Amino acid sequence: MSTVSDFSLSTPSGADAGLTPKQLAAKYGLAVSGKRPSLPTYVRQLWARRHFILAFATARLVAQYTTAKLGQVWQVLTPLLNCSVFFLVFGVMMKSRDSVPVYLAWLCVGVFVFQFSQSAVQSGTRSIADNLGLIRALHFPRACMPVAFTVIQLQQLLISMVVLVGIVLANGQMPHMTWLLIIPALLLQCLFNTGLALIMARVGSKASDISQLMPFILRTWMYVSGVMYSIQSAIASWPPLAKTIMALNPATIYMDLMRYAFMPDSFNKHIYHGGKDAAGHALAQHLTLPHHVWLTAGVWAVVAFAVGFVFFWKAEEEYGRG
Amino acid sequence: MADIAMSNFREAQRDVPNTATTDPARVPTVVVDNVHIVYKVHGAGSGKGSATSALSRLVSRKRSPSIREVHAVRGLSFTAYKGEAVGLIGSNGSGKSTMLAAIAGLLPPERGAIYTNGQPSLLGVNAALMNDLTGDRNVILGCLAMGMTPEEVKSRYQEIVDFSGINEKGDFISLPMRTYSSGMAARLRFSIAAAKTHDVLLIDEALATGDQKFQKRSEARIRELRQGAGTVFLVSHNNKAIRDTCERTIWIEKGELVMDGHTDEVVSAYEKHNRA
Ligand SMILES: Nc1ncnc2c1ncn2[C@@H]1O[C@H](COP(=O)(O)OP(=O)(O)O)[C@@H](O)[C@H]1O
Ligand SMILES: [Mg+2]
Repeated sequence: MSTVSDFSLSTPSGADAGLTPKQLAAKYGLAVSGKRPSLPTYVRQLWARRHFILAFATARLVAQYTTAKLGQVWQVLTPLLNCSVFFLVFGVMMKSRDSVPVYLAWLCVGVFVFQFSQSAVQSGTRSIADNLGLIRALHFPRACMPVAFTVIQLQQLLISMVVLVGIVLANGQMPHMTWLLIIPALLLQCLFNTGLALIMARVGSKASDISQLMPFILRTWMYVSGVMYSIQSAIASWPPLAKTIMALNPATIYMDLMRYAFMPDSFNKHIYHGGKDAAGHALAQHLTLPHHVWLTAGVWAVVAFAVGFVFFWKAEEEYGRG
Repeated sequence: MADIAMSNFREAQRDVPNTATTDPARVPTVVVDNVHIVYKVHGAGSGKGSATSALSRLVSRKRSPSIREVHAVRGLSFTAYKGEAVGLIGSNGSGKSTMLAAIAGLLPPERGAIYTNGQPSLLGVNAALMNDLTGDRNVILGCLAMGMTPEEVKSRYQEIVDFSGINEKGDFISLPMRTYSSGMAARLRFSIAAAKTHDVLLIDEALATGDQKFQKRSEARIRELRQGAGTVFLVSHNNKAIRDTCERTIWIEKGELVMDGHTDEVVSAYEKHNRA
């Protein structure tokens, strides 16, 4: 059993005889296998796959809605059940209802908006591991996966929006010019979510331990974001620096933008001036938006997306390895 | 003047690989240079655990205690050229799949280097595409993922389905891929991947589960791909398939090269070795 390097078919012939493998590869412009493309090339490749991303997201969504018997219902039912539990516990028992104007609509908008980011994180974490077969079989920029899963979450949110609009209307909130603000608010959150999903996709492709911790991290994030009670009044006595930091929480920012878009009256200090009524019951206090709220929302979106994209791209060559 | 002379010279240089296809200078497409590949296997300690143990592992940045190394490929070197179909043979666990995954860029070499022309595509035996989606979705998404435009996909769709023969026994293409037999799934996967011209196509036992008729058809398609100046690697335990498709074969054992030569000689030697 001897190797046959001196007369093998591998040996370069003719003019190339005597070249080392490395020289041979260099002469014919062969690239190191599995090398990550440059960032501009990567962006171009990803853009060229935009049809794939859209078709993939749509096919996944359709499959979800046709295969599971109750699957599609749960997509809307889960946040609704969450809403009712939160309403009972935080609204009625802990009396958040009294201090927040139009509490039910306020709560539901918060739950649906938070759910949008939360499910982007969750599906982003699994997007590489769950599609290893596809990733190994065909070659395409891997960022297609987390981006497509964010598109799926957006499609799902748009479906849930119908229910949400119903709840808001039933709560006595009439359509208003500010409803147009829903669109830019959603777009910014979408960009932010894509960034998060890209970061989580890389993290989730390697350390399986992270997925064990994710429910705790997400739950903590939900509690400090003021989804079911007003975080502003809960931290009213905190030092100013701590309050500023809490107000920069992107989940709070995107929820408040959406609440403002849906229910601008809640932010009107002439309608909801707080205090107590004659019988001593607390009256609802108007909500406030932090200064530069749109700027903050925009910065979060751009920074999260840019950081997520570069972070994901840095490990592009490793995703098929699993 | 000098410019023109220079550009003529460049023309001539570019022509060399095209005109002199036979002996003088073959064009390499895959160069494997003294490659070692080592799997790091995290032992039984690293399964799922409680959240707190996960946390402590993340914080202490400690890898699970028992890492074992499997040296799957040990110093392999070979070069494949344009228009070649190369068979890869060897007993189970000899490192064939590992080698193909490394050529595809899915496994990093521990030492040595692999150079390829373009991005090789790997067709593995259990490379599932999207199991919960229907066959026709898989065709469309697979083609889009490989970079075809929606118009191209539309015009190639019927050809791909016909080639796969999935619909010969009824309307199976509209069923989810998880309902396919392994042979049917393999046929559809190959049909999708083969719809595009690849510079380097790596086939790892992906055709083994297909029936006779499909194997004939896929052999013809492999021949076409080669004529389109591609290179095809074929791993198969069916020596006849290797003999029919490849004129060159590489035999590896325990991650080391045993023979690299004309298929007749190598396969005969391999068969003799196995009989002994
Ligand atoms: N994912 C893996 N982790 C650890 N060891 C592996 C893995 N895959 C393959 N091996 C080992 O690498 C060697 C070569 O395997 P493989 O390339 O699959 O062989 P073949 O395809 O020739 O049957 C074997 O010893 C096998 O145990
Ligand atoms: Mg194998």
